[in-house]
Amino acid sequence: MPNRVAIVGTGQTHHCTRRLDVNGVELIYEAVQRALADAELKIQDIDGVIIGNMDHFEGINYVDCWSIDGSGGFGKPTMKLTTGGTTGSTLAIGGYHMVASGMFDKLLVIGWEKNSESDTTGAITTAFDPIWDRLVFAGAISGLAVEASVYMATYGVTEKDAARVTVRDRRHACLNPYAHLRKEVTIEEVMSSARLSDPLKLLDLCPRTDGACAVIFASENVAEKICPKPAWILGTANRHLYTYLGDADFVNLPSLQRASAELYKKTGIREPLKQIDVMELYIPYSFAGLSWIEALGLCKPGEAPRLLWDGVTDLGGELPINASGGVISCNPIGATGLIRCAEAALQIMGKADKRQVPDVKIALSSGFGGCFWSDVLLYGARKPL
Amino acid sequence: MSGEKQELLVMQSGEKEQPFHYAVGRYGSKFLMELRDHKKLLGIRCPKCRKVYVPPRQVCGPCYEKMHELVEVGPGGTLVGYTILRFHFVDPETGHPKPVPYGYGFIRLDGADNAFQHFIDVRDESKIKVGARMRAVFKEQRKGNLADIQHFEVIDPVKEIGKPL
Amino acid sequence: MERVAIVGVGQIQQERNKVQDTFADMVFEATTKALEQAGIGIRQIENVVSASNDFWDGRTISSMAINDACGSYDKNISCVEGDGTFAAFYGMTRILSGAYDTTLVVAHCKGSESHSAHITNAMFDPLYVRSLGVDSIGSAALQARRYLDRYGITEEQCALVSVKNHGNAFRNPCAQLPLKLTVADVMKSRMLADPIKLLDASPISDGACAIILAREPVARKITDRPVWIRGVGYCADAYHLGDRDLAECDALSKASQKAYQMGGIRNPRKELDVVELYDAFSYQELLWTEGLGLCGRGEGGKLVESGATQMKGEIPVTPSGGLLSAHTVTAAGLVRIAEAVLQLRGGAGEHQIPGAKTALAHGVNGPCGQSHCVWILGV
Repeated sequence: MPNRVAIVGTGQTHHCTRRLDVNGVELIYEAVQRALADAELKIQDIDGVIIGNMDHFEGINYVDCWSIDGSGGFGKPTMKLTTGGTTGSTLAIGGYHMVASGMFDKLLVIGWEKNSESDTTGAITTAFDPIWDRLVFAGAISGLAVEASVYMATYGVTEKDAARVTVRDRRHACLNPYAHLRKEVTIEEVMSSARLSDPLKLLDLCPRTDGACAVIFASENVAEKICPKPAWILGTANRHLYTYLGDADFVNLPSLQRASAELYKKTGIREPLKQIDVMELYIPYSFAGLSWIEALGLCKPGEAPRLLWDGVTDLGGELPINASGGVISCNPIGATGLIRCAEAALQIMGKADKRQVPDVKIALSSGFGGCFWSDVLLYGARKPL
Repeated sequence: MSGEKQELLVMQSGEKEQPFHYAVGRYGSKFLMELRDHKKLLGIRCPKCRKVYVPPRQVCGPCYEKMHELVEVGPGGTLVGYTILRFHFVDPETGHPKPVPYGYGFIRLDGADNAFQHFIDVRDESKIKVGARMRAVFKEQRKGNLADIQHFEVIDPVKEIGKPL
Repeated sequence: MERVAIVGVGQIQQERNKVQDTFADMVFEATTKALEQAGIGIRQIENVVSASNDFWDGRTISSMAINDACGSYDKNISCVEGDGTFAAFYGMTRILSGAYDTTLVVAHCKGSESHSAHITNAMFDPLYVRSLGVDSIGSAALQARRYLDRYGITEEQCALVSVKNHGNAFRNPCAQLPLKLTVADVMKSRMLADPIKLLDASPISDGACAIILAREPVARKITDRPVWIRGVGYCADAYHLGDRDLAECDALSKASQKAYQMGGIRNPRKELDVVELYDAFSYQELLWTEGLGLCGRGEGGKLVESGATQMKGEIPVTPSGGLLSAHTVTAAGLVRIAEAVLQLRGGAGEHQIPGAKTALAHGVNGPCGQSHCVWILGV
């Protein structure tokens, strides 16, 4: 019989532009120590470790082996999962399956990145096909800018509409002591920031960040003994649809549409806007905060600006999105998807301090990366049947 | 560590290269040879869904079918998405800065169902709009790689924006 | 634990340079073969786990290249960066979690596209070790020296492994390097890093492998020759070579003990009919046979000398020819599982161990066998 799985502890570093005081292994150790402290466990209590990052940001091969001193994986089953930007959410999904399978009772899941140690754009460019995609591609910014151009052309959405997403996330981040960028910005500041790749400007985009996140997944046999209010995993789904950039549908993010449709179907969500209390979404740039919530079924295609301008997705609104400040405020890439998971879990556990949304019963987190790929997870305060 | 200020070091990897010889494979090689020798663009058609993909590859992902029917596509097409790169960055393939601004476009070549990405001529930015008609401009000296296409130029700027494609 | 079986495997010809094939082409071929052996279509595959390595592929998201080729479009998928045995473990948990009835696990790697010295040098710590120029061969040589010195294993005993495995490769059509060798041939082959000579080392190889896992009721519908996963365990040692006792392999002992316990194996030497282990270097087969409990500590040399690990011996080890005959890195461990499955299905052709009912497959990650994954399969 598969086990039900819950998150019983989380830990993050204080994410910032550059951590010169720690090397990668020490950064990982920081997050792990905090997660163990949160769960009141010791590393000896952990049965196994899964870890992930994007290789070429730090230039280290076999990171699961290299990070052993920091991850606590010495003498334990240790493995690396990685799928680019979706790494963090891939890890969360991995944590679920590994524990649900009955093979582990308490699994430590770690995502980390030291983006400061290399050239982010260069490294992301090497994620794509060397013969067909790399000649013209200029890292994440270029691909996302193309998506934005199509979204604007299709629905008449404006750069100002997109800027409202940045304003929201950056405002929320001020309440999150772990977030990288904790200073509000205005619509005008976004609109007048440097044009990097039309139509994207500097403040439409996420920063590069050093940071790590650790989450402890536990089976139902032990979860409630460890944590009075764990965050139960209700379901997971993902779609990594494309191999080549040119095959992607640039509008409506089909991978997120399909992954969330599967997730909603198996968890009984029919009206996500009503039934979900908070979302932590991997929104790496402003326009995505519009088109991708349409893909999640919060509203019809082209109508997301209305939700943003009406404050529906602000803290205090009907469905707060990115109470943590999201990716636009903080992006240690290998950790980012896992931070979304941790933040969603914190909301369920009631541990989100100043950024806590009241009375969270159901939360959703997402991951994005690769060739317009998406991962989603649903969390609940109540143990699933 | 106690309060005294400590020197924090950074280890430079230096100008290291990790050389690769990427196999283009049978399908891609056909495309590049046709481009080099005849200034022609090839796609491949899925026997099941009849979609044509550029560049050619062995498997239609959605159908999981092996493909073999090569068809000529382009050189004209429709611009389905684009951006103009303005920030300075180093091309990891060459180690040199990419000259900016440059146009990056996804073109649905005539006869194809997916998009083909390449440089787009942005000397007159006002012409660049989603939906514009484009045409490939080939280099005189061609070597059998994607750079044998100089860029795509706009031949017919679209008049209406905001129209679903 | 609910029972999970392997219902089909697919291997492709392992070669020095498959320039005609992209990673996707290799994965498509292996996947097609696995589906054919299982007698199912891609639609019956409910989720996919791939195994690849960004450094070997020269690509930061190496899993991207093979998505279409492994039928993962519109499916749930994930990627393990590491040997295929670890990916297969994760693929198994995705069935045991109740989420999926079947999992396709694929792995690929090309050694031909880059320099293994660069790739494996990148395993080592950039702050303290990398600039010494250590790579997989140099580090293996360190381990070999420690192991040989501690237990009095001789280079000739290591050479016997190369002779055996390259000889076995004649009976495996997928192996890259069948060679008729004598110990003297190995001993006088070019020294790479003392004591490792050219014929003590595995070659550069291109290849891919696919296996299909299914939960019991589904497995029984798919095939009348399911190969059951009886036990599996994996474990990691310390990272810095100086933190480890390289002459020992505690991580392997721990991993195999876990697998044996799960699989109800009390006397591996007697109960296992065939062993496919990760012999990246000749000395490693000796060391790993000790870690797997097939002989006592320090007795690996005596074991190979006794002939017990020959194909006709008491405990055949690597009848496929092993990594010494074809080293596809991330795919190599998955190939070991595939080979074990073929043995148990009676489908190993000329390298079949007659009547094989219980097999062990083994994969490795990291320098000098830092992390091991052990599988016990049975029919």
